[in-house]
Amino acid sequence: MTVLSRGMAGLAAGVAAGLMLASAAVAQPKEILIGDQCDRTGPTQIVGTVLCPAMQDYYKLINSQGGVDGWMIRGDEIDNQYQVPPAIEAYQRQKQMGVVMMTLYGTPQTVALNQRLEQDKMPTTSPGFGIAAAADGTRFPYLFPIAATYWSQAAGAVKFAKDKLGGSLKGKKIAYVYYDNPAGKEPMPILDSLQKSEGFQLRTFAVPPPGVEMGAQILDITQRYHPDFVIMHLFGRSPSVAIKGLKGAGYPLTHVIGLVWASAEADIKAAGGWGVAEGYNTLQFAGAGDNYPVRQQIKAMYKKEGKEPPATMDDTVVYNRGLLQAAIQVEAIKNALKISGGQKPTGPQVKQGLEQIHDFTLGGLVPPLQITPADHEGGGWVRIFQVHDGKFVAETDWFRAYRDVVEHAVKTAEVD
Amino acid sequence: MFHREAGVFKTSYAADMALFPLPIAQWSVAGVAALFIVVVPLTFSEYYVSLLNLVLIAIVGALGLNILVGNTGQVSIGQGAFMSVGAYTAANLITRLGMPFWVAIPAGGLMAAFVGLIVGIPSLRIKGIYLAIATLAAQLIIEWTINHVQWISGGVQASIEIPRPSVFGIVLKHEVQIYLFLMFFVVLALVATLNLVRSRIGRAFVAIRDQDIAAEIIGINIFRYKLYAFAISSFYAGVAGVLESYYLGIANYEQFQIDVSIDYLAMVIIGGLGSVLGSVLGAVFVTLLPIATRWFLDAFGGLIFSHADLLNVVPNLRLVIFGALIIFFLVVEPEGLNRLWRNIRTYFRVWPFSY
Repeated sequence: MTVLSRGMAGLAAGVAAGLMLASAAVAQPKEILIGDQCDRTGPTQIVGTVLCPAMQDYYKLINSQGGVDGWMIRGDEIDNQYQVPPAIEAYQRQKQMGVVMMTLYGTPQTVALNQRLEQDKMPTTSPGFGIAAAADGTRFPYLFPIAATYWSQAAGAVKFAKDKLGGSLKGKKIAYVYYDNPAGKEPMPILDSLQKSEGFQLRTFAVPPPGVEMGAQILDITQRYHPDFVIMHLFGRSPSVAIKGLKGAGYPLTHVIGLVWASAEADIKAAGGWGVAEGYNTLQFAGAGDNYPVRQQIKAMYKKEGKEPPATMDDTVVYNRGLLQAAIQVEAIKNALKISGGQKPTGPQVKQGLEQIHDFTLGGLVPPLQITPADHEGGGWVRIFQVHDGKFVAETDWFRAYRDVVEHAVKTAEVD
Repeated sequence: MFHREAGVFKTSYAADMALFPLPIAQWSVAGVAALFIVVVPLTFSEYYVSLLNLVLIAIVGALGLNILVGNTGQVSIGQGAFMSVGAYTAANLITRLGMPFWVAIPAGGLMAAFVGLIVGIPSLRIKGIYLAIATLAAQLIIEWTINHVQWISGGVQASIEIPRPSVFGIVLKHEVQIYLFLMFFVVLALVATLNLVRSRIGRAFVAIRDQDIAAEIIGINIFRYKLYAFAISSFYAGVAGVLESYYLGIANYEQFQIDVSIDYLAMVIIGGLGSVLGSVLGAVFVTLLPIATRWFLDAFGGLIFSHADLLNVVPNLRLVIFGALIIFFLVVEPEGLNRLWRNIRTYFRVWPFSY
């Protein structure tokens, strides 16, 4: 044997040993795979860059505590850039990887995949997105909004306005400022029917995308319409422009409420800081702020690794929403493992697991959800946090409003 | 295609215009067709077939845009809007009147062609970049209309769910079934385009692109042919929009926004203006490149980055690589992938005796 061939043989043996080690390392842990679609790039990256790491942090926390009944949780993440074709590709890819459930990001992506979810029996959460009618679990068996839909949010905002304005809205004027796209227009049926039953006057102000210029709307609202309350449903950069504009026009921000995508720290900062936005009300479907045990556990986990907690944690609103999404997933898998008897759960079993989530509050970060086979929204709980002294202060407890109106709308919504 | 064409002497116009320059070309086309129509559906997994489905839809749209931009020289940034016209026309016909696919698809195409005709009217007076702005306006107007006219969009959501197409009583549910369904229309579109560009109309388009005043002097009615180009191109776009809606099971206006128009423009520019094969290559390139870069990064990114960093790096690096590769290919061959392919072919045709 020549030196060369001996060297080759040694190399081959080394490679073979390495491969065996690698495959042993891969095969060892019992792992449950979750498919997350997220976008760290694209038009909504302002949310995704915080939301996606939060979900990964939660999986890591669960795994560091031994996983779920011995199963490790891994979240495969694909960036769909808020576009539909990449979302289709991501869905097929994660399905092929054998994920037991998915989380989608974005309304167009959710509606585009809706038919496939049912066909493939793939339980999927879409918190804060998708059509509000998906709250009806009998019609959309595999889609779980799990958080308050835009309809429940609108109802909550009106209820809050009513309480703020002395318990009656009769003869009051409410302005609805919305991003001029389907998501922005979605709450309108609820506002319309509440306008009739509560007797207030409603005027809508459309903000065309991207909504970085709204001087005309601000003037219209503050100088001509003089509303008693303003409900804002804006996305991206536009909430900060509106906050700044209303403040500049002298409108009291204590009488302004932003729905969930106008409610993050980033919006406050972009509006010119906490001082400018003082008094602004935000509507949340996950608790805001730092004061939750799970956040302390994650910080401790990082500390144990000798690292600083990541800066994304400071954006508490969006980060906590990521924790909510991941926590609901893990809780559903925990329930599903009970149903499957410790085996890797199937799609329908995870669906059942999701439908058994009751009063899982994660130390107050998650509302007292009651997800049932008929109600995939979990009740439509919201909570108002007010900007006060440089942070979000809880203004109300978890509440839900006008359930009869919302449920009627869900039941009679045209399937589209 | 990939044959050596030694000894090909064309002695008549008919031979020059023939679809297949050599008898053997028929066999190689048949071979490629058999590969994609028989072998691929039988062997590929569902995931890869779903990728091909996205490509097939893009091919139809890119072929149409290339007729307008590549063959006739009229720049359009309204492809996404024309697709949405087709999609919503079909969606309304399907959900309100219960029309089958063989009515809905041509109807969607025809409605898009009609709208394209109207949008094309300014093209007689304005050219080049100015026309591009006019089509951009059309894109925004059509988007706005669909968003606000609920009679078209079917509600504030502006999305209409449509059932799966059924062919001979079989409801097409699986990716492979839809693949064959889409493939049928892609083949139709390819054959139609190959014949169109060799016809009187196609030659008139090229004459207008190359020098419109000269074309007018030799007797081509410029106004009429420019409108033809807009109508035909929009017809393809409309059909692509209907096919995409069938594939997704929903017509949603957010899937036809301006970024889609720009993607299609990128496909024809990268693929090669005025070439049928270029449209196909461009559609494949723009659709699959972002996916392929992620496969690459998923496979090798772990060697450099930790898991948490990797999740942050992959989506961003993917955009960088995507942009860089587009620049790379355009620098290597400004006339697109089609020209690159022909250069390679020419090189090997005389290889190894290149002198």
